[in-house]
Amino acid sequence: MQRRRQRMLFAGVILTGVAAAAALAVRGLGENMLFFFSPSQVAAGEVPAGQSVRVGGLVVRGSVVRDSGLEVRFALSDGAESVLVRYEGILPDLFREGQGIVARGRLLTGGEFAAEEVLAKHDENYMPPEVAEALEIAREGGQIPAADAGP
Amino acid sequence: MRTPFNHLAAPMHFYRWGARLVPWLGACTVVLLALGWWGGLVLAPPDYQQGDGFRIIYVHVPSAWMSLFVYVVMAGAGAVALIWRVKLAEVLMAASAPLGAWFTFLALATGSIWGKPMWGTYWVWDARLTSELILLFLYLGVIALLAANEDRRRASRAAAVLALVGVVNVPIIHFSVQWWSTLHQGPSVGSFGAPSIHSSMLVPLLVSALAFKCYYLTVLIMRARCEIVERERNSAWVREMLPR
Repeated sequence: MQRRRQRMLFAGVILTGVAAAAALAVRGLGENMLFFFSPSQVAAGEVPAGQSVRVGGLVVRGSVVRDSGLEVRFALSDGAESVLVRYEGILPDLFREGQGIVARGRLLTGGEFAAEEVLAKHDENYMPPEVAEALEIAREGGQIPAADAGP
Repeated sequence: MRTPFNHLAAPMHFYRWGARLVPWLGACTVVLLALGWWGGLVLAPPDYQQGDGFRIIYVHVPSAWMSLFVYVVMAGAGAVALIWRVKLAEVLMAASAPLGAWFTFLALATGSIWGKPMWGTYWVWDARLTSELILLFLYLGVIALLAANEDRRRASRAAAVLALVGVVNVPIIHFSVQWWSTLHQGPSVGSFGAPSIHSSMLVPLLVSALAFKCYYLTVLIMRARCEIVERERNSAWVREMLPR
């Protein structure tokens, strides 16, 4: 009985010790664990110029400009601020206007962001195309076609 | 101190009960998996953004859920083994480790295959992917410790300590997508509020997840029975059962 209590204490101490260490590490890592900066942080000057960093946000609708070849320019926004991004290369399948993406590259002195890699950030929404269409219409304040309401 | 629990937890009784459960659980696995994958791969509509590519979630998400579930079971069994020295708990821990490792590997592999076309990369060092990779290493560590000592009971104790230490990683994996801005998306199911996945896609996903759970139970019992015979090879009931 005595030994069992000792072992229970041992297991308890391990668990609480490791949990406390992990909690401190998680808190301490905080900002360093951020996978990307937001355009607001770029605008506030929190992103060091010239260093390789990641910037994430939504591709502003209507901002995508395709130049010759694989060159593409677009604005990245988090609702408050936006950053102009330049990229040359193949874009992932999920890249489109309004989509969340993460770009890795360098902030140029002019405030433009030269991306070396563009990753699409997928959200947690999964739905059939018809539902997405209906949602889009509803968002724009229109009427959902009657065909969708009934069988 | 003899209780019904002790009675059931005796390796010999588990060995006999397990033999009866395996065919039923195995049948449940086959039926549920057939239903879940038929619903997910055939009946469910394509996703509005990913098209048919989204269907990999019917393997990816159940494996990822199981990788966490199996770890919690393994660590729980490890704690029972460590504190009460229950033989069956040691056996269940040892039998869970390779299964959990394979679920973790499957989650990482399918995620990577999906990541290349959808995200544009096979791998990123974001919090979700990194913590899941650490989970794989924890499983491998438990497997290695179990194999490191000839005396299986001593080996189980060492492995149980590692399993217990590693359990802090489970909430980190689960909440990583909320605590940090990761490339991996947030949870579609299980957070507060309605699931953000359409019901036509969600139902097959839940059925597949149930099938994976049945698979785990089936193979867990099969592996545990095997482990019991190996451990108890010198006891009277095993000698009696096995042909000389």
